[in-house]
Amino acid sequence: MSRKPYIREIPKTSWFFRQPRYMRYMAREVTSFFIGAFSILLVVALKRLSQGPEAFQGFLDALRGPWGVLFCLATLVAAVYHSTSWFNVTPQAMPIQRGEEFVPGKMIVGAHYAVWAVVSLIVLFMGI
Amino acid sequence: MSERQIQLEVLRYNPETDSEPRFQTYTVPCLNEWVVLDALNYVKDNLDTTVSYRWSCHMAVCGSCGMMINGEPKLACKAFIHEYPDKIRVEPMMHFPIERDLVTVAEDFITKFASVKPYLIPKEDKPVSAGEFKQSPAELMKFKQYTLCINCMLCYAACPQYGLVPEFLGPAAISMAHRYNQDSRDGGRDQRQEVIASHEGVWECSFVGACSEVCPKHVDPAGALQQVKVASTVDWYKEHLMPWGKK
Amino acid sequence: MSKSNKPIVWGPFAAGGTVTAFITPILALLALFAAMRFSPSLFTYEHIHAFAAHWLGKLIIFGIITLSLWHAAHRFRITLFDFGVRADLVVATILYMIAAIGTVSALFSLLSI
Repeated sequence: MSRKPYIREIPKTSWFFRQPRYMRYMAREVTSFFIGAFSILLVVALKRLSQGPEAFQGFLDALRGPWGVLFCLATLVAAVYHSTSWFNVTPQAMPIQRGEEFVPGKMIVGAHYAVWAVVSLIVLFMGI
Repeated sequence: MSERQIQLEVLRYNPETDSEPRFQTYTVPCLNEWVVLDALNYVKDNLDTTVSYRWSCHMAVCGSCGMMINGEPKLACKAFIHEYPDKIRVEPMMHFPIERDLVTVAEDFITKFASVKPYLIPKEDKPVSAGEFKQSPAELMKFKQYTLCINCMLCYAACPQYGLVPEFLGPAAISMAHRYNQDSRDGGRDQRQEVIASHEGVWECSFVGACSEVCPKHVDPAGALQQVKVASTVDWYKEHLMPWGKK
Repeated sequence: MSKSNKPIVWGPFAAGGTVTAFITPILALLALFAAMRFSPSLFTYEHIHAFAAHWLGKLIIFGIITLSLWHAAHRFRITLFDFGVRADLVVATILYMIAAIGTVSALFSLLSI
């Protein structure tokens, strides 16, 4: 009896539609676009800052307007999704063993959320 | 005992006569406490003796009956009928070639699994007279969860990167390597790193996390792979930035 | 099989992922305020200039910007692969180059403040 295994091709550009967990994964990966674009925005802001008050004001004027608002809003949403998805898996990537038992994952995640809240509040009060 | 009519759609593929798979539907009178494997056995015993599928223990220990049940990688013996609608579709595990019907070709996994040296490689040769290798409960806990792996390959059926890049070593093989690396009695990490720290090793993983979500034994291969990445990264920086350190 | 050099980029990716997870949402919120003309002090010249003039401020700004850049560059490389772009070498070269240019630019900007 001869063998003739059948191979199912995986569609390279649409595989992620097959399961909701793949869609969640892709959403997480796409946050990198906004994080990246926002970092470039910060690089530009820094450059304008180093060129003096007028240049920096020019940067702020360019940021103002519907496109700037839309971009910052999209970045905010993407960044929050990135943060939650990142913190939620830290116990998997960096488990902590105390004595025999592992520290419950919820505690590690909770600690990250607490630090996140504190850092955000500090920056908010310093920066507003 | 309540009975329920189920439409069981089974993927059929006969390598001798078919050029591609098709679905065949069987009407199965199921008891409420049945699992999908019971429904398949009913088909085999009463309706169609030609249906091929693997199974053995019927209690989530042997790892033979992995298949896609309504698109989700599952052990057929652990998929309860009452959790499903009246139409249940069973297919062979994704990302594996189909040998016949629900039977997949497992050679690739077996080769990869063997390549990570999934056995104890003691640090030094010790004669039996020197006594046992002692291990504390804390040292055992470090790797205990990984020993629960039953090689059912559901994590490979769930992993999209394995589907896209067939060379990828995959979740179970790498987490089994991690299991031995974490074992206080073992000294084989350097040998395993040569395999798992390669391109086709852990670095094809992008932490989708699907492997851990589908694991029927609640092993966390995704976590193991991230830990391997962290350790391999520390290795790399030690080797390249601190050449005076021990290789 | 030989050991991969991926750790070079994975290290900054992981570090950047952690830094951006903590800091980017609040920065994006403040930027949103600025875009909506609320003018938070973070985006007023005197305030941010004074912060960037201090060596510690420089270090913090540089750390945040570079790690964000490398995190995003590496993850976006994987993202494009997942969307079916198979020219990985080209993608990687372009994205890491952007991150490198951003790093150098941020460094020069900070040194001239």
